Amino acid sequence: MKELTLTNKAIARGAYEAGVKVLSAYPGTPSTEIAENFAKMSGVYAEWAPNEKVAVEVALGASVAGARAMACMKHVGLNVAADPLFTASYTGVNGGLVIVVADDPGMHSSQNEQDSRYYARSAHVPMLEPSNASEAKEFVKLAYAWSEQFDTPVLIRETTRVAHSHGVIELCEREELPLKTYEKASNKYVMMPANAIKRHVVVEERDKALSEFVNTADINRAEYTSEEEIGVVCSGVVYEYVKEALPNVNVYKVGTVYPLPLDAIKAFAKRVKKLIVIEELEPYMEDALKAVGVACEGKSMFSLQGELSVLKIAQAFSGADAPKAEQVPPRPPVMCAGCPHRGVFYVLNKLKLTVNGDIGCYTLGAVAPLSAVDTCVCMGASVGMAHGFKKATDGESKNVAVIGDSTFLHSGVTGLINAVYNESGITLMILDNSTTGMTGHQQHPATGKNLMGEPAPIVLLDELCKACGVKDLQIVDAYDINAVETAVKKATASKEVSVIIAQRPCALLDKSKKPKVAVHDCKNCGKCMKLGCPAISRGEKGIVIDKTQCVGCEVCVAVCPFDCLKKESE
Amino acid sequence: MTTNILISGVGGQGTLLASRVLGKYAMLKNQDCKLSEIHGMSQRGGSVTTHVRIGERIHSPVVWEGGADIILAFEILESARVKHYLKEDGVLLVNEEVILPMPCITGAMQYPENLKEQLTSSVKKVVFIRAKELAMQAGSEKATNIVMLGSVCKLQGLDKAVMEQAVAECVPEKFRELNLKAFALGYEQV
Ligand SMILES: Cc1ncc(C[n+]2csc(CCOP(=O)(O)OP(=O)(O)O)c2C)c(N)n1
Repeated sequence: MKELTLTNKAIARGAYEAGVKVLSAYPGTPSTEIAENFAKMSGVYAEWAPNEKVAVEVALGASVAGARAMACMKHVGLNVAADPLFTASYTGVNGGLVIVVADDPGMHSSQNEQDSRYYARSAHVPMLEPSNASEAKEFVKLAYAWSEQFDTPVLIRETTRVAHSHGVIELCEREELPLKTYEKASNKYVMMPANAIKRHVVVEERDKALSEFVNTADINRAEYTSEEEIGVVCSGVVYEYVKEALPNVNVYKVGTVYPLPLDAIKAFAKRVKKLIVIEELEPYMEDALKAVGVACEGKSMFSLQGELSVLKIAQAFSGADAPKAEQVPPRPPVMCAGCPHRGVFYVLNKLKLTVNGDIGCYTLGAVAPLSAVDTCVCMGASVGMAHGFKKATDGESKNVAVIGDSTFLHSGVTGLINAVYNESGITLMILDNSTTGMTGHQQHPATGKNLMGEPAPIVLLDELCKACGVKDLQIVDAYDINAVETAVKKATASKEVSVIIAQRPCALLDKSKKPKVAVHDCKNCGKCMKLGCPAISRGEKGIVIDKTQCVGCEVCVAVCPFDCLKKESE
Repeated sequence: MTTNILISGVGGQGTLLASRVLGKYAMLKNQDCKLSEIHGMSQRGGSVTTHVRIGERIHSPVVWEGGADIILAFEILESARVKHYLKEDGVLLVNEEVILPMPCITGAMQYPENLKEQLTSSVKKVVFIRAKELAMQAGSEKATNIVMLGSVCKLQGLDKAVMEQAVAECVPEKFRELNLKAFALGYEQV
């Protein structure tokens, strides 16, 4: 049966068809839909782990126990999971193990545009890169076969334009696999120096064998045309761009970005007059080819930043101009009307505090008019950085850390333990909206549901903080900005580590209907405009509230100094 | 022949459903098809564009600047933002709705005046429709996207019966009538 399918769903389908039993993942755009779709398949187990390191460890455990397993994450998630990755390369697998990593060139939804291909090379783990949905499904199945054949984890890399595009796929049956027997093999699975020294040798031998093998693998192929001048080396979505931009050039399509099929590419290079490597982000393939003496061009023609496109590639060869974009006001994403984060940032801005922010919907507290966030680096960094601010200023800095509930459980809690242990007296605000909002509302350990949608035990954030040694803990309603202000003033005045949990479910999930806010006799002071609520705008005679957007959070009611904003029923 | 369609709008306007219907249309017509969409950040009220390409054999999932046969813009400012994606003789279909972006709400920037005139003078073929009003006429403003599809169907000379089938298959049963009505209104409008 043919189906037009999102690549991430095709990857889930590939895992299903390959007989994968266990999948563990942490959400992250553009990888999230893999786990979400896999969870819908029958006869499989899928879970949200609290972070990517745990996800890879879970998948590795399942693999060693004898099942085929998968872990999925976005590019920066692989930084978090790098520790198990590098040593899983040494242990190898029992059941096949595949780790999917989704890069985001152009940073559609990310804080950097790192290139994950280097992880494969430095961990000595093969990495496959599909160009579209149908290849993605097939590559996943191949990855499991290779994982078991070569006793190695296998990485699959996709980029946003592959992950979030739909293509036509052909559905196949699931291969039902019995659990492989687990046999104790401490020399393989206990990586202490004496064993690891020997396994490193095995890894190198495997690498050599794979480097040979990929030269004849079908997913690496040369496509010759009648033209002889130019040969292009490319992989992933860039291959699709090249096929449209330069339909007449010879193409070497790389399916295994690690190990690269170097001998096959050398042979291809000999048949063309000029070799050009076209790749997004780093000169990963270009450098590898130059290192083995293959003359080629690449980044002299293309940028290290952002995405390529059919047009950019065509232009690099023809020199033609691209149609220019009109300069119009930008439309940045904003916190939704009724977002419980808004009032918190209004208060922090008002109190002129330095805010060590974190990653999630609340990062939008950085944009005007709230403009309340000073730093945002990676998940969990708010807590560590706030501690660093305090230490650098001998405790004098007026700063608070702000983190979301999912992010706190991901990697904020370790920072909190550090702050308690090393006594910095930071104030940490946990914005508990009962969901992983930014990535599209995934469950996490404190929501009471699991990925399969079943009820699950709840990790209580307040008890967790107390167990970490926090004595000064306050819980407030995020919509009650006066209470938030009082709590922040109290917490920042104390020399002890203090935590404020601001609770209120994400406005997009809260289906309860509250009375909307109405305007009476607006004095046009502009105070409520400082909230940056998309439901509030300036009209002819004072402000107007868009009833279709207002959800009745009443944060603006609390902000208005003249009592002009009231609940509609009043 | 390949048809390149760019859909642009504001997060929450239903652009994704529009691209899914077009994808369904391609499948029903036994054509190759690729769609590209961006999830994540932009959902939060930011600009969103989705790309649809239908033809014999499609490689790139994204349309490029100067490559679109038709653009469906769900908001006027958004149409100005992406109009350089249009081919010389491409059609710019604009829903005459204005949604202020945050910099204009706060007063940091001005929502451009005379956008309609500017578009008319800079693009060879522009079609304005009041898709939201037509959708409300059909029963719900949520069907704005389907009104737009009705117009696209007519403007691009797509197979009407198959498009209707695609719409019917992509929307929930209980809203089928409403959406088909919205489709017809969009079709007749252009
Ligand atoms: C290491 C890493 N993994 C995943 C992501 C993707 N990501 C960005 S924010 C976020 C979680 C946001 O949830 P939460 O902290 O609850 O805040 P909310 O968006 O709900 O306000 C995720 C998963 C990331 N940026 N970095």
